[in-house]
Amino acid sequence: MAQIASITLLHNDDARPIIEAILADNPGVRVLNMPGAVKLDRDDELVINRASVEERLGRSWEPQEIQLVLISMAGNLDEDDDHFTLSWKH
Amino acid sequence: MSVQALDNANYAKNIEYRDPLKNFHGNMLVYVHWEEHLSFCAALAFPLPPAMPFGALVSEVIAPHYAAHPDAARIDWSKVTWMIDGKSVTPDMGASLEANGMKHKSLVRFWTPGLAGFKGSAS
Amino acid sequence: MAPKKLGLKQRYAHMTRGLDWETSYQPMDAVYPFDSFEGIKIKDWSAWEDPFRLTMDAYWKFQGEKERKLYAVLDAFAQNNGQTGISDARYANVLKLFLTGVSPLEYQAHRGFAFAGRHLRGVGPRVACQMQSLDELRHVQTQIHTISHYNKYFDGISEFRHMHDRVWYLSVPKSFFDDARSAGPFEYMIAIGFAFEYVLTNLLFVPFMSGAAYNGDMSTVTFGFSAQSDESRHMTLGIEVIKFLLEQHPDNLPIVQKWVDKWFWRGHRVLGLVAMMMDYMLPKPVMSWKEAWEIYFTEAGGSLFTDLARYGLKVPKYADVATAEAEHISHQNWAIFYQYTHAAGFHTWMPDKAHLDWLSEKYPNTFDKYYRPRWEMWAEMEKQGKRFYNNALPQLCQTCQIPMGYTEPGDPTTIAFRCSEVDGETYHFCSDGCKDIFDGEPEKYAQSWLPVHQIFQGNCGGATVPDVLNWYRMNVGADNMDYVGSPDEKLWNEWHAGKVRDAV
Repeated sequence: MAQIASITLLHNDDARPIIEAILADNPGVRVLNMPGAVKLDRDDELVINRASVEERLGRSWEPQEIQLVLISMAGNLDEDDDHFTLSWKH
Repeated sequence: MSVQALDNANYAKNIEYRDPLKNFHGNMLVYVHWEEHLSFCAALAFPLPPAMPFGALVSEVIAPHYAAHPDAARIDWSKVTWMIDGKSVTPDMGASLEANGMKHKSLVRFWTPGLAGFKGSAS
Repeated sequence: MAPKKLGLKQRYAHMTRGLDWETSYQPMDAVYPFDSFEGIKIKDWSAWEDPFRLTMDAYWKFQGEKERKLYAVLDAFAQNNGQTGISDARYANVLKLFLTGVSPLEYQAHRGFAFAGRHLRGVGPRVACQMQSLDELRHVQTQIHTISHYNKYFDGISEFRHMHDRVWYLSVPKSFFDDARSAGPFEYMIAIGFAFEYVLTNLLFVPFMSGAAYNGDMSTVTFGFSAQSDESRHMTLGIEVIKFLLEQHPDNLPIVQKWVDKWFWRGHRVLGLVAMMMDYMLPKPVMSWKEAWEIYFTEAGGSLFTDLARYGLKVPKYADVATAEAEHISHQNWAIFYQYTHAAGFHTWMPDKAHLDWLSEKYPNTFDKYYRPRWEMWAEMEKQGKRFYNNALPQLCQTCQIPMGYTEPGDPTTIAFRCSEVDGETYHFCSDGCKDIFDGEPEKYAQSWLPVHQIFQGNCGGATVPDVLNWYRMNVGADNMDYVGSPDEKLWNEWHAGKVRDAV
């Protein structure tokens, strides 16, 4: 069975550009909608790119801001100034 | 000792055993469970005198506490099978709990042949 | 030219490294007496990495922002009389159980991480523990603030702190945390940071909180998800702890495996309360416990333990038993509380037909066969005016302290009885998992404060049930008993009659 990298975000206006960036940048991502929340799953790795979020948001954005809309996640985290990556790859 | 403590040397002498027999004011703990009747969610606990006759346990403790079940009125106590602490036994109704081999925290399980709960569901 | 802003990695390095020093007046071992007795070997504390790279300055900024968002929702909820818009007043009972059973654990976690932060000598984990300790304090405060609004209208909430230390079922979550906090700092980190935060709290804070939203409780879902945003960081700390310990020394593996086995099972037992909240106590259910278990344990835990296999760590012992129990545990727990609700600080009730049908659909293998007949029997008794209450006290498990209502693996019609003898004294357990934990440290669990035994010893206010309820500070006739006939029900019906009148 594939290992699943996953992120759960608030389903609100602040998170929408991030959700859209994830959908655009992660082929094969699966979406589970729950009341108030959305869970995004992908085999092995899931990436959030700063540039993709900024393009949708229309302002500069730091990956750390994700903490304001984050509910849960799965995978080993690697975060720097340009991306927020959850991965089971080594 | 299997606990890894900061002060292993003194841990054992500071243990507070909570439930020894002497804490129960002359009673011992007895647990009773009616098998195949899970609407009583768990075995029931009672503090009882060790000298209580087994027959009194049945008539004064067990029967009234299970009376709410629709099967209760149909129990034939002469056909009940008993298990005390994992061993099948035929209790001596006139003898004490102690004389029937029971001790502090003994578990009494009983089966009522022909009665297997509401519509046979073990409830 | 403006000075160039530091990158995240550089900022993290500056704000966490070099903040500590080697002591000179006292040996390091005297300053940090707690971080060696558990047998864990650490060669290089600087190998610790926080993948979030969160520094204290950024921490305050983000936490302040989260609080502003949360309190805006709480104010709006109160101003709009949000309590009248929940799905049904039965819903309020999950808040009673949450505030009495879970919120005090947040405070315990605050104390526990403050302790771990003080006693681990590496600066990386000290900073991470400090943040988590503050998070947990924030959680308990926001939960009390949120639920205090409901306390104006519903019973069973006002004495939550007093009850947590006394009421029989609250000894289950309380003893869970007491067990963790009375262990050393490394076991505490594995117990709470890894087993509880990483493997199990998703089950509480994601599908359950989503359920709060679905039942119209915008205030609870907001504190829940606000807390959970911190939990994501805690989960990362939990996984970091385990990787760090396993990378530091091969001798750590068997110690860590024993803790993972123990705390997985302890957590599984405590979360049985959440199973019941999800399957029975949300008037509009969103996801069954079994579905949540599949997503958050089987799938997420599967990915995690596949990853940790490279260190030799195995899936927790009895994970298969826990997964099989996902078919049963919510039903068995609701049965316990249904029959002992006269001694509980919240209401229970017989689910209506639509809810029973939902359970049949979600549990096709077990519900109709084993549990529906039980509810039907009780519904019949209720119709005859003989609502079923169990008038004796239940046998409790020495380890988890839950009434021994769980059944044999593979046989849902027979209760599982396990026991151990130590120094001539018998101890009883609900499962192999709880028995193994006891057998691993009998001297610790021989000291369990089992509410039923304490009542019989005369330590809980007196010999009769009313004496004990009085000692619990339970408002008898309002806080306890069935929802049907309760003051909560009466109030709810008045609100709704009022709404209908206003509409006409």
